[in-house]
Amino acid sequence: MLSPLMIGLYVFVLAIFLGFELITKVPPTLHTPLMSGANAISGITVVGALYCAQTGETNLANIFGAVAVAFAMINVVGGFLVTNRMLSMFKRKK
Amino acid sequence: MLSQLLPLAYLAAASLFIFGIRNLSKVRTAARGNRLAALGMLAAIILTLLDLGTIDYRWILGGIVVGSVVGAIAAIRIQMTQMPEMVALFNGFGGAASALVALSFFFRAIAGHAGGDVDLIPALGGASIGVTSVLSLLVGSVTFSGSLVAFMKLNGTIRGNHLSFQAINILNLILIVVLLGLGGALLVKPWPYLWAMIAFLVILVGSLKLGVTTTLRIGGADMPVVISLLNSLSGVAAAMAGFVVQNYLLIISGSLVGASGLILTQIMCKAMNRTLGEVLFKNFGGSTGDKDDGYSNVKESSAEEVAMLMEDVSSVVFVPGYGLAVAQAQHTTRELANLLEARGIDVKYAIHPVAGRMPGHMNVLLAEADVPYEQLVEMDQINPDFKTTDLVIVLGANDVVNPAATNDPSSPIYGMPILNVHEARTVVIVKRSLSPGFAGIANHLFDNDNSIMVFGDAKKVLQEMVTEVKQLS
Repeated sequence: MLSPLMIGLYVFVLAIFLGFELITKVPPTLHTPLMSGANAISGITVVGALYCAQTGETNLANIFGAVAVAFAMINVVGGFLVTNRMLSMFKRKK
Repeated sequence: MLSQLLPLAYLAAASLFIFGIRNLSKVRTAARGNRLAALGMLAAIILTLLDLGTIDYRWILGGIVVGSVVGAIAAIRIQMTQMPEMVALFNGFGGAASALVALSFFFRAIAGHAGGDVDLIPALGGASIGVTSVLSLLVGSVTFSGSLVAFMKLNGTIRGNHLSFQAINILNLILIVVLLGLGGALLVKPWPYLWAMIAFLVILVGSLKLGVTTTLRIGGADMPVVISLLNSLSGVAAAMAGFVVQNYLLIISGSLVGASGLILTQIMCKAMNRTLGEVLFKNFGGSTGDKDDGYSNVKESSAEEVAMLMEDVSSVVFVPGYGLAVAQAQHTTRELANLLEARGIDVKYAIHPVAGRMPGHMNVLLAEADVPYEQLVEMDQINPDFKTTDLVIVLGANDVVNPAATNDPSSPIYGMPILNVHEARTVVIVKRSLSPGFAGIANHLFDNDNSIMVFGDAKKVLQEMVTEVKQLS
Protein backbone atom coordinates (compact mmCIF):
# COMPACT_ATOMS: atom_id res chain seq x y z
CA MET A 1 0.00 0.00 0.00
CA LEU A 2 1.38 3.38 -0.96
CA SER A 3 1.41 6.15 1.62
CA PRO A 4 -0.54 9.34 0.78
CA LEU A 5 2.82 11.11 0.38
CA MET A 6 3.93 8.57 -2.25
CA ILE A 7 0.63 8.82 -4.12
CA GLY A 8 1.02 12.59 -4.01
CA LEU A 9 4.51 12.29 -5.44
CA TYR A 10 3.26 10.02 -8.25
CA VAL A 11 0.50 12.51 -9.06
CA PHE A 12 2.98 15.41 -8.91
CA VAL A 13 5.45 13.86 -11.35
CA LEU A 14 2.82 12.53 -13.77
CA ALA A 15 0.99 15.86 -13.84
CA ILE A 16 4.25 17.62 -14.69
CA PHE A 17 4.72 15.29 -17.68
CA LEU A 18 1.12 15.91 -18.71
CA GLY A 19 1.69 19.65 -18.39
CA PHE A 20 4.73 19.45 -20.65
CA GLU A 21 2.75 17.58 -23.30
CA LEU A 22 -0.18 19.98 -23.14
CA ILE A 23 1.74 23.23 -23.11
CA THR A 24 4.24 22.35 -25.85
CA LYS A 25 1.28 22.55 -28.24
CA VAL A 26 0.38 26.13 -27.34
CA PRO A 27 1.53 28.53 -30.11
CA PRO A 28 3.56 31.67 -29.25
CA THR A 29 0.57 33.87 -30.15
CA LEU A 30 -1.22 32.53 -27.09
CA HIS A 31 1.68 32.59 -24.63
CA THR A 32 0.46 35.63 -22.70
CA PRO A 33 -3.11 34.31 -22.28
CA LEU A 34 -1.61 30.92 -21.37
CA MET A 35 0.41 32.56 -18.64
CA SER A 36 -2.44 34.55 -17.18
CA GLY A 37 -4.69 31.50 -17.45
CA ALA A 38 -2.08 29.38 -15.67
CA ASN A 39 -1.93 32.11 -13.07
CA ALA A 40 -5.62 31.76 -12.47
CA ILE A 41 -5.29 27.99 -12.17
CA SER A 42 -2.50 28.35 -9.61
CA GLY A 43 -5.11 30.21 -7.55
CA ILE A 44 -6.38 26.70 -6.74
CA THR A 45 -4.45 27.21 -3.50
CA VAL A 46 -7.72 28.83 -2.43
CA VAL A 47 -9.11 25.34 -1.82
CA GLY A 48 -6.33 24.70 0.68
CA ALA A 49 -6.68 28.17 2.15
CA LEU A 50 -10.42 27.69 2.77
CA TYR A 51 -9.59 24.99 5.32
CA CYS A 52 -7.26 27.37 7.14
CA ALA A 53 -9.86 29.77 8.55
CA GLN A 54 -12.62 27.61 9.95
CA THR A 55 -13.35 29.33 13.23
CA GLY A 56 -14.41 32.85 14.08
CA GLU A 57 -11.60 33.52 16.52
CA THR A 58 -9.04 36.19 15.89
CA ASN A 59 -5.81 34.24 15.90
CA LEU A 60 -2.80 34.09 13.61
CA ALA A 61 -3.88 30.85 11.91
CA ASN A 62 -7.22 32.39 10.89
CA ILE A 63 -5.71 35.69 9.83
CA PHE A 64 -3.11 34.02 7.64
CA GLY A 65 -5.82 31.74 6.25
CA ALA A 66 -8.13 34.63 5.37
CA VAL A 67 -5.31 36.59 3.72
CA ALA A 68 -4.36 33.45 1.77
CA VAL A 69 -7.98 33.15 0.58
CA ALA A 70 -7.92 36.80 -0.52
CA PHE A 71 -4.63 36.51 -2.41
CA ALA A 72 -5.71 33.30 -4.12
CA MET A 73 -9.07 34.80 -5.07
CA ILE A 74 -7.32 37.80 -6.65
CA ASN A 75 -5.48 35.26 -8.80
CA VAL A 76 -8.60 33.28 -9.64
CA VAL A 77 -10.97 36.13 -10.45
CA GLY A 78 -8.38 38.51 -11.92
CA GLY A 79 -6.62 35.76 -13.87
CA PHE A 80 -9.69 34.27 -15.56
CA LEU A 81 -11.23 37.68 -16.30
CA VAL A 82 -8.14 39.21 -17.84
CA THR A 83 -7.48 36.07 -19.89
CA ASN A 84 -11.02 36.23 -21.19
CA ARG A 85 -10.57 39.91 -22.00
CA MET A 86 -7.41 39.20 -23.96
CA LEU A 87 -8.81 36.24 -25.84
CA SER A 88 -11.86 38.21 -26.94
CA MET A 89 -9.43 40.53 -28.75
CA PHE A 90 -7.93 37.81 -30.92
CA LYS A 91 -9.74 38.05 -34.23
CA ARG A 92 -9.42 36.53 -37.65
CA LYS A 93 -9.16 38.60 -40.76
CA LYS A 94 -12.56 39.86 -41.83
CA MET B 1 -21.87 11.39 1.83
CA LEU B 2 -20.55 14.66 0.50
CA SER B 3 -17.09 14.08 1.90
CA GLN B 4 -16.87 10.83 -0.07
CA LEU B 5 -17.96 12.52 -3.28
CA LEU B 6 -15.62 15.46 -2.83
CA PRO B 7 -12.49 13.68 -4.20
CA LEU B 8 -14.48 12.74 -7.32
CA ALA B 9 -15.57 16.34 -7.74
CA TYR B 10 -11.95 17.45 -7.40
CA LEU B 11 -11.00 14.96 -10.10
CA ALA B 12 -13.65 16.49 -12.35
CA ALA B 13 -12.26 19.95 -11.64
CA ALA B 14 -8.73 18.77 -12.49
CA SER B 15 -10.07 17.31 -15.74
CA LEU B 16 -11.68 20.63 -16.59
CA PHE B 17 -8.33 22.37 -16.05
CA ILE B 18 -6.67 19.88 -18.41
CA PHE B 19 -9.38 20.27 -21.06
CA GLY B 20 -9.13 24.03 -20.59
CA ILE B 21 -5.39 24.13 -21.22
CA ARG B 22 -5.81 21.81 -24.20
CA ASN B 23 -8.29 24.23 -25.73
CA LEU B 24 -5.85 27.05 -25.09
CA SER B 25 -3.59 25.62 -27.78
CA LYS B 26 -5.74 27.00 -30.62
CA VAL B 27 -6.88 30.61 -31.01
CA ARG B 28 -10.28 29.41 -32.15
CA THR B 29 -10.97 27.43 -28.98
CA ALA B 30 -8.87 29.38 -26.49
CA ALA B 31 -11.70 31.45 -25.01
CA ARG B 32 -13.71 28.28 -24.43
CA GLY B 33 -10.67 26.70 -22.77
CA ASN B 34 -10.43 29.58 -20.37
CA ARG B 35 -14.13 29.28 -19.50
CA LEU B 36 -13.78 25.53 -18.91
CA ALA B 37 -10.91 26.10 -16.51
CA ALA B 38 -12.91 28.82 -14.75
CA LEU B 39 -15.84 26.44 -14.44
CA GLY B 40 -13.56 23.83 -12.86
CA MET B 41 -12.36 26.40 -10.37
CA LEU B 42 -15.88 27.53 -9.48
CA ALA B 43 -16.93 23.93 -8.91
CA ALA B 44 -13.91 23.23 -6.73
CA ILE B 45 -14.53 26.30 -4.56
CA ILE B 46 -18.27 25.73 -4.13
CA LEU B 47 -17.84 22.06 -3.27
CA THR B 48 -15.12 22.86 -0.78
CA LEU B 49 -17.38 25.40 0.90
CA LEU B 50 -20.17 22.80 1.07
CA ASP B 51 -17.74 20.28 2.50
CA LEU B 52 -16.73 22.70 5.25
CA GLY B 53 -20.34 22.56 6.42
CA THR B 54 -21.48 24.67 9.31
CA ILE B 55 -18.47 26.61 10.43
CA ASP B 56 -17.86 30.24 11.18
CA TYR B 57 -17.56 31.76 7.71
CA ARG B 58 -16.63 35.29 8.69
CA TRP B 59 -12.90 35.08 7.95
CA ILE B 60 -13.38 33.04 4.80
CA LEU B 61 -16.09 35.29 3.42
CA GLY B 62 -14.01 38.38 4.09
CA GLY B 63 -11.12 36.87 2.13
CA ILE B 64 -13.31 35.78 -0.77
CA VAL B 65 -15.05 39.14 -1.12
CA VAL B 66 -11.90 41.26 -0.85
CA GLY B 67 -9.93 39.01 -3.23
CA SER B 68 -12.69 38.80 -5.84
CA VAL B 69 -13.31 42.55 -5.87
CA VAL B 70 -9.62 43.44 -6.11
CA GLY B 71 -9.04 40.81 -8.82
CA ALA B 72 -12.02 41.93 -10.88
CA ILE B 73 -11.09 45.60 -10.71
CA ALA B 74 -7.50 44.84 -11.70
CA ALA B 75 -8.61 42.66 -14.64
CA ILE B 76 -11.01 45.25 -15.99
CA ARG B 77 -8.80 48.31 -15.59
CA ILE B 78 -5.44 46.96 -16.71
CA GLN B 79 -4.10 48.16 -20.07
CA MET B 80 -2.69 45.62 -22.47
CA THR B 81 0.70 47.34 -22.38
CA GLN B 82 0.77 46.63 -18.63
CA MET B 83 0.13 42.88 -18.91
CA PRO B 84 3.69 41.94 -17.89
CA GLU B 85 3.34 43.90 -14.64
CA MET B 86 -0.02 42.36 -13.92
CA VAL B 87 1.12 38.80 -14.53
CA ALA B 88 4.21 39.41 -12.39
CA LEU B 89 2.04 40.70 -9.56
CA PHE B 90 -0.42 37.80 -9.84
CA ASN B 91 2.44 35.28 -9.78
CA GLY B 92 3.43 36.90 -6.51
CA PHE B 93 -0.06 36.62 -5.02
CA GLY B 94 -0.16 32.93 -5.94
CA GLY B 95 3.14 32.39 -4.16
CA ALA B 96 2.00 34.40 -1.16
CA ALA B 97 -1.21 32.38 -0.84
CA SER B 98 0.77 29.12 -0.71
CA ALA B 99 3.22 30.52 1.83
CA LEU B 100 0.32 31.76 3.96
CA VAL B 101 -1.33 28.35 3.90
CA ALA B 102 1.89 26.90 5.32
CA LEU B 103 2.07 29.68 7.93
CA SER B 104 -1.53 29.12 8.93
CA PHE B 105 -0.96 25.38 9.33
CA PHE B 106 2.11 26.04 11.40
CA PHE B 107 0.43 28.47 13.77
CA ARG B 108 -2.54 26.17 14.19
CA ALA B 109 -0.18 23.29 14.99
CA ILE B 110 1.71 25.15 17.70
CA ALA B 111 -1.31 27.00 19.09
CA GLY B 112 -1.92 24.59 21.98
CA HIS B 113 1.71 24.42 23.06
CA ALA B 114 2.31 27.95 24.36
CA GLY B 115 4.88 27.86 27.16
CA GLY B 116 5.91 24.26 26.49
CA ASP B 117 7.87 22.36 23.85
CA VAL B 118 6.55 21.74 20.34
CA ASP B 119 7.29 18.56 18.46
CA LEU B 120 6.34 19.79 15.01
CA ILE B 121 5.97 16.57 13.06
CA PRO B 122 3.21 15.06 15.21
CA ALA B 123 1.71 18.53 15.75
CA LEU B 124 1.41 19.10 12.00
CA GLY B 125 0.19 15.59 11.34
CA GLY B 126 3.17 13.78 9.81
CA ALA B 127 6.68 14.09 8.45
CA SER B 128 5.56 14.74 4.89
CA ILE B 129 3.37 17.65 5.97
CA GLY B 130 6.25 19.02 7.99
CA VAL B 131 8.72 18.90 5.10
CA THR B 132 6.27 20.25 2.54
CA SER B 133 5.06 23.08 4.76
CA VAL B 134 8.66 24.28 5.07
CA LEU B 135 9.06 23.97 1.27
CA SER B 136 5.72 25.65 0.62
CA LEU B 137 6.73 28.55 2.84
CA LEU B 138 10.14 28.80 1.18
CA VAL B 139 9.06 28.56 -2.47
CA GLY B 140 5.95 30.68 -1.91
CA SER B 141 7.87 33.48 -0.20
CA VAL B 142 10.62 33.53 -2.84
CA THR B 143 7.92 33.72 -5.52
CA PHE B 144 6.14 36.52 -3.67
CA SER B 145 9.10 38.82 -3.06
CA GLY B 146 10.73 38.01 -6.41
CA SER B 147 7.50 38.84 -8.22
CA LEU B 148 7.10 42.11 -6.35
CA VAL B 149 10.61 43.13 -7.41
CA ALA B 150 9.87 42.08 -11.01
CA PHE B 151 6.63 44.08 -10.86
CA MET B 152 8.39 47.20 -9.61
CA LYS B 153 11.13 46.84 -12.21
CA LEU B 154 8.58 46.46 -15.00
CA ASN B 155 6.61 49.55 -14.03
CA GLY B 156 9.80 51.52 -13.50
CA THR B 157 9.56 52.04 -9.73
CA ILE B 158 13.00 50.54 -9.23
CA ARG B 159 15.93 49.92 -11.49
CA GLY B 160 18.32 47.00 -11.43
CA ASN B 161 21.58 47.39 -9.59
CA HIS B 162 24.96 46.27 -10.80
CA LEU B 163 26.38 44.83 -7.63
CA SER B 164 29.00 42.17 -8.01
CA PHE B 165 27.25 39.03 -9.14
CA GLN B 166 29.70 36.59 -7.69
CA ALA B 167 29.40 37.86 -4.14
CA ILE B 168 25.61 37.80 -4.23
CA ASN B 169 25.55 34.31 -5.73
CA ILE B 170 27.68 32.98 -2.89
CA LEU B 171 25.62 34.78 -0.24
CA ASN B 172 22.38 33.46 -1.76
CA LEU B 173 23.75 29.95 -1.83
CA ILE B 174 24.70 30.18 1.83
CA LEU B 175 21.24 31.57 2.61
CA ILE B 176 19.50 28.64 0.88
CA VAL B 177 21.60 26.13 2.82
CA VAL B 178 20.92 27.92 6.12
CA LEU B 179 17.16 28.11 5.47
CA LEU B 180 16.88 24.45 4.49
CA GLY B 181 19.08 23.46 7.43
CA LEU B 182 16.92 25.47 9.82
CA GLY B 183 13.78 23.90 8.35
CA GLY B 184 15.25 20.44 8.84
CA ALA B 185 16.38 21.20 12.40
CA LEU B 186 12.90 22.50 13.20
CA LEU B 187 11.41 19.13 12.28
CA VAL B 188 13.85 16.63 13.78
CA LYS B 189 13.47 17.53 17.45
CA PRO B 190 11.05 19.32 19.76
CA TRP B 191 11.62 23.08 20.08
CA PRO B 192 10.48 25.46 22.81
CA TYR B 193 7.30 27.22 21.64
CA LEU B 194 8.86 30.66 21.24
CA TRP B 195 11.95 29.39 19.42
CA ALA B 196 9.88 27.33 17.02
CA MET B 197 7.91 30.42 16.13
CA ILE B 198 11.05 32.52 15.70
CA ALA B 199 12.67 29.82 13.53
CA PHE B 200 9.65 29.71 11.24
CA LEU B 201 9.63 33.49 10.92
CA VAL B 202 13.36 33.45 10.13
CA ILE B 203 12.65 31.03 7.27
CA LEU B 204 9.92 33.40 6.07
CA VAL B 205 12.10 36.52 6.18
CA GLY B 206 15.14 34.71 4.73
CA SER B 207 13.08 33.39 1.80
CA LEU B 208 11.66 36.83 1.11
CA LYS B 209 15.18 38.23 1.07
CA LEU B 210 16.31 35.46 -1.27
CA GLY B 211 13.59 36.35 -3.77
CA VAL B 212 14.57 40.02 -3.68
CA THR B 213 18.32 39.56 -4.10
CA THR B 214 17.92 37.03 -6.90
CA THR B 215 15.49 39.12 -8.95
CA LEU B 216 16.93 42.57 -8.27
CA ARG B 217 20.01 42.30 -10.46
CA ILE B 218 18.37 40.60 -13.44
CA GLY B 219 18.25 42.97 -16.41
CA GLY B 220 15.29 44.22 -18.43
CA ALA B 221 16.01 42.03 -21.45
CA ASP B 222 15.86 38.95 -19.25
CA MET B 223 12.42 39.84 -17.88
CA PRO B 224 10.53 37.37 -20.11
CA VAL B 225 12.62 34.58 -18.57
CA VAL B 226 12.11 35.82 -15.03
CA ILE B 227 8.34 36.18 -15.37
CA SER B 228 8.09 32.69 -16.85
CA LEU B 229 10.20 31.24 -14.07
CA LEU B 230 8.19 32.98 -11.34
CA ASN B 231 5.03 31.70 -13.04
CA SER B 232 6.45 28.19 -12.76
CA LEU B 233 7.42 28.71 -9.11
CA SER B 234 3.92 29.91 -8.22
CA GLY B 235 2.69 26.57 -9.54
CA VAL B 236 5.30 24.60 -7.60
CA ALA B 237 4.32 26.51 -4.44
CA ALA B 238 0.66 25.57 -5.02
CA ALA B 239 1.67 21.92 -5.46
CA MET B 240 3.64 22.07 -2.20
CA ALA B 241 0.62 23.59 -0.46
CA GLY B 242 -1.29 20.63 -1.92
CA PHE B 243 1.02 18.25 -0.07
CA VAL B 244 0.49 20.24 3.12
CA VAL B 245 -3.30 20.12 2.99
CA GLN B 246 -3.16 16.66 1.37
CA ASN B 247 -5.27 17.62 -1.60
CA TYR B 248 -4.47 16.04 -4.96
CA LEU B 249 -6.33 18.74 -6.92
CA LEU B 250 -3.81 21.29 -5.67
CA ILE B 251 -0.93 18.97 -6.55
CA ILE B 252 -2.23 18.37 -10.09
CA SER B 253 -3.03 22.04 -10.80
CA GLY B 254 0.22 23.24 -9.28
CA SER B 255 2.23 20.78 -11.37
CA LEU B 256 0.45 21.84 -14.57
CA VAL B 257 1.28 25.49 -13.89
CA GLY B 258 4.81 24.58 -12.86
CA ALA B 259 5.35 22.71 -16.13
CA SER B 260 3.77 25.52 -18.14
CA GLY B 261 6.05 28.16 -16.65
CA LEU B 262 9.07 25.91 -17.11
CA ILE B 263 8.37 25.38 -20.81
CA LEU B 264 7.97 29.11 -21.38
CA THR B 265 11.20 29.70 -19.46
CA GLN B 266 12.94 27.25 -21.76
CA ILE B 267 11.52 28.85 -24.92
CA MET B 268 12.55 32.33 -23.75
CA CYS B 269 16.07 31.19 -22.89
CA LYS B 270 16.47 29.54 -26.27
CA ALA B 271 15.27 32.68 -28.05
CA MET B 272 18.06 34.59 -26.31
CA ASN B 273 20.68 31.89 -26.69
CA ARG B 274 21.20 31.93 -22.94
CA THR B 275 20.91 29.22 -20.35
CA LEU B 276 18.74 29.69 -17.29
CA GLY B 277 21.92 29.64 -15.21
CA GLU B 278 23.35 32.52 -17.19
CA VAL B 279 20.17 34.56 -16.76
CA LEU B 280 20.12 34.01 -13.02
CA PHE B 281 23.80 34.13 -12.21
CA LYS B 282 25.60 36.22 -14.82
CA ASN B 283 25.44 39.75 -16.15
CA PHE B 284 24.56 40.09 -19.79
CA GLY B 285 27.54 40.95 -22.00
CA GLY B 286 28.93 43.29 -19.44
CA SER B 287 30.22 45.53 -22.21
CA THR B 288 29.89 49.29 -22.17
CA GLY B 289 26.84 51.04 -23.45
CA ASP B 290 27.95 54.60 -22.93
CA LYS B 291 30.32 55.28 -25.81
CA ASP B 292 29.14 56.17 -29.29
CA ASP B 293 30.01 52.72 -30.69
CA GLY B 294 31.48 54.09 -33.92
CA TYR B 295 28.53 54.39 -36.26
CA SER B 296 29.84 55.82 -39.55
CA ASN B 297 27.16 55.38 -42.18
CA VAL B 298 23.91 56.32 -40.46
CA LYS B 299 21.36 57.89 -42.78
CA GLU B 300 18.66 59.91 -41.11
CA SER B 301 15.35 60.43 -42.76
CA SER B 302 11.88 61.73 -41.97
CA ALA B 303 8.41 60.25 -41.81
CA GLU B 304 7.59 62.16 -44.98
CA GLU B 305 10.40 60.55 -46.98
CA VAL B 306 9.54 57.09 -45.71
CA ALA B 307 5.94 57.65 -46.75
CA MET B 308 7.20 58.40 -50.27
CA LEU B 309 9.00 55.06 -50.22
CA MET B 310 5.69 53.41 -49.53
CA GLU B 311 4.42 54.64 -52.82
CA ASP B 312 6.04 51.85 -54.79
CA VAL B 313 6.46 48.84 -52.56
CA SER B 314 4.46 45.65 -52.69
CA SER B 315 5.33 44.13 -49.31
CA VAL B 316 5.85 45.66 -45.86
CA VAL B 317 6.82 43.86 -42.67
CA PHE B 318 6.48 45.58 -39.29
CA VAL B 319 8.85 44.46 -36.52
CA PRO B 320 7.43 45.53 -33.14
CA GLY B 321 9.49 45.62 -29.95
CA TYR B 322 9.18 46.88 -26.41
CA GLY B 323 9.44 50.47 -27.69
CA LEU B 324 6.07 50.00 -29.40
CA ALA B 325 4.48 49.09 -26.08
CA VAL B 326 6.11 52.02 -24.28
CA ALA B 327 4.90 54.44 -26.95
CA GLN B 328 1.42 52.80 -26.96
CA ALA B 329 1.75 52.83 -30.74
CA GLN B 330 -0.15 49.63 -31.55
CA HIS B 331 -3.30 51.41 -32.76
CA THR B 332 -1.37 53.85 -34.96
CA THR B 333 0.57 50.93 -36.43
CA ARG B 334 -2.68 49.27 -37.35
CA GLU B 335 -3.96 52.52 -38.88
CA LEU B 336 -0.88 52.76 -41.10
CA ALA B 337 -1.17 49.09 -42.00
CA ASN B 338 -4.80 49.60 -43.03
CA LEU B 339 -3.81 52.44 -45.37
CA LEU B 340 -1.06 50.31 -46.90
CA GLU B 341 -3.39 47.36 -47.39
CA ALA B 342 -5.90 49.64 -49.06
CA ARG B 343 -3.15 50.40 -51.56
CA GLY B 344 -2.80 46.70 -52.30
CA ILE B 345 0.40 46.24 -50.28
CA ASP B 346 0.98 42.93 -48.49
CA VAL B 347 1.39 43.67 -44.75
CA LYS B 348 2.78 41.31 -42.11
CA TYR B 349 4.18 41.56 -38.60
CA ALA B 350 7.32 39.68 -37.59
CA ILE B 351 7.25 38.58 -33.95
CA HIS B 352 10.45 37.63 -32.16
CA PRO B 353 9.81 35.32 -29.18
CA VAL B 354 11.38 37.72 -26.68
CA ALA B 355 10.03 40.96 -28.16
CA GLY B 356 8.49 42.84 -25.25
CA ARG B 357 8.62 41.95 -21.59
CA MET B 358 6.81 38.62 -21.46
CA PRO B 359 6.09 35.69 -23.78
CA GLY B 360 3.50 36.70 -26.39
CA HIS B 361 3.39 40.35 -25.27
CA MET B 362 3.41 41.75 -28.83
CA ASN B 363 0.65 39.41 -29.99
CA VAL B 364 -1.69 40.65 -27.30
CA LEU B 365 -0.90 44.30 -27.99
CA LEU B 366 -1.55 43.94 -31.70
CA ALA B 367 -4.67 41.88 -31.08
CA GLU B 368 -5.93 44.80 -28.99
CA ALA B 369 -5.44 47.01 -32.07
CA ASP B 370 -7.56 44.55 -34.10
CA VAL B 371 -4.67 43.16 -36.12
CA PRO B 372 -5.83 39.74 -37.40
CA TYR B 373 -3.65 37.10 -35.77
CA GLU B 374 -2.89 35.43 -39.12
CA GLN B 375 -0.78 38.46 -39.99
CA LEU B 376 1.51 37.94 -36.99
CA VAL B 377 4.27 35.65 -38.20
CA GLU B 378 6.75 33.82 -36.00
CA MET B 379 10.47 34.26 -36.47
CA ASP B 380 11.23 30.93 -38.13
CA GLN B 381 8.39 31.31 -40.60
CA ILE B 382 9.15 34.86 -41.66
CA ASN B 383 12.94 34.79 -41.80
CA PRO B 384 13.14 33.22 -45.28
CA ASP B 385 10.74 35.92 -46.58
CA PHE B 386 12.88 38.95 -45.72
CA LYS B 387 14.99 38.52 -48.89
CA THR B 388 11.91 39.28 -50.97
CA THR B 389 10.46 41.97 -48.70
CA ASP B 390 10.51 45.52 -50.05
CA LEU B 391 10.24 47.42 -46.81
CA VAL B 392 10.76 46.54 -43.17
CA ILE B 393 9.70 48.98 -40.45
CA VAL B 394 11.35 48.31 -37.09
CA LEU B 395 9.34 49.84 -34.26
CA GLY B 396 11.15 50.02 -30.95
CA ALA B 397 13.06 46.77 -31.37
CA ASN B 398 16.84 46.60 -31.27
CA ASP B 399 18.75 43.55 -30.07
CA VAL B 400 16.36 41.12 -31.80
CA VAL B 401 17.33 42.57 -35.21
CA ASN B 402 21.06 42.95 -34.54
CA PRO B 403 22.95 41.15 -37.34
CA ALA B 404 25.99 40.80 -35.03
CA ALA B 405 24.15 37.78 -33.61
CA THR B 406 24.76 35.95 -36.90
CA ASN B 407 27.95 37.50 -38.27
CA ASP B 408 30.15 38.62 -35.37
CA PRO B 409 31.50 35.73 -33.27
CA SER B 410 33.01 38.20 -30.80
CA SER B 411 29.63 39.76 -29.99
CA PRO B 412 28.06 38.85 -26.64
CA ILE B 413 24.81 38.08 -28.42
CA TYR B 414 26.44 35.90 -31.09
CA GLY B 415 24.31 32.81 -31.68
CA MET B 416 21.04 34.38 -30.57
CA PRO B 417 18.34 33.80 -33.20
CA ILE B 418 17.30 37.12 -34.76
CA LEU B 419 14.88 38.44 -37.34
CA ASN B 420 16.97 38.82 -40.51
CA VAL B 421 15.56 42.22 -41.40
CA HIS B 422 18.92 43.31 -42.90
CA GLU B 423 18.16 41.04 -45.87
CA ALA B 424 15.16 43.15 -46.91
CA ARG B 425 15.50 45.72 -49.67
CA THR B 426 15.00 48.68 -47.35
CA VAL B 427 14.90 48.77 -43.54
CA VAL B 428 13.42 51.75 -41.74
CA ILE B 429 14.28 51.88 -38.04
CA VAL B 430 12.05 54.08 -35.90
CA LYS B 431 13.94 54.79 -32.69
CA ARG B 432 14.43 57.61 -30.21
CA SER B 433 18.23 57.67 -30.60
CA LEU B 434 21.21 55.52 -31.50
CA SER B 435 21.51 54.32 -27.90
CA PRO B 436 22.01 50.57 -27.49
CA GLY B 437 19.29 48.13 -26.44
CA PHE B 438 19.32 46.06 -23.27
CA ALA B 439 22.30 44.01 -24.37
CA GLY B 440 24.26 47.27 -24.21
CA ILE B 441 25.95 46.72 -27.57
CA ALA B 442 26.07 48.61 -30.85
CA ASN B 443 23.74 47.55 -33.65
CA HIS B 444 25.44 47.90 -37.01
CA LEU B 445 22.17 47.33 -38.76
CA PHE B 446 21.83 51.12 -38.38
CA ASP B 447 25.01 51.49 -40.47
CA ASN B 448 23.91 49.36 -43.39
CA ASP B 449 23.47 50.86 -46.84
CA ASN B 450 19.86 49.71 -47.00
CA SER B 451 18.97 51.10 -43.55
CA ILE B 452 17.24 54.39 -42.85
CA MET B 453 16.84 55.83 -39.37
CA VAL B 454 13.84 57.89 -38.35
CA PHE B 455 14.41 59.34 -34.90
CA GLY B 456 11.48 59.99 -32.61
CA ASP B 457 8.69 58.49 -30.54
CA ALA B 458 7.19 55.52 -32.41
CA LYS B 459 3.61 56.76 -32.11
CA LYS B 460 4.43 60.28 -33.27
CA VAL B 461 6.48 59.09 -36.24
CA LEU B 462 3.74 56.66 -37.25
CA GLN B 463 1.08 59.37 -37.02
CA GLU B 464 3.16 61.52 -39.35
CA MET B 465 3.50 58.60 -41.75
CA VAL B 466 -0.26 58.06 -41.65
CA THR B 467 -0.84 61.71 -42.56
CA GLU B 468 1.67 61.51 -45.42
CA VAL B 469 0.43 58.21 -46.82
CA LYS B 470 -3.11 59.60 -46.88
CA GLN B 471 -1.85 62.33 -49.19
CA LEU B 472 -0.31 59.88 -51.66
CA SER B 473 -2.37 59.66 -54.78
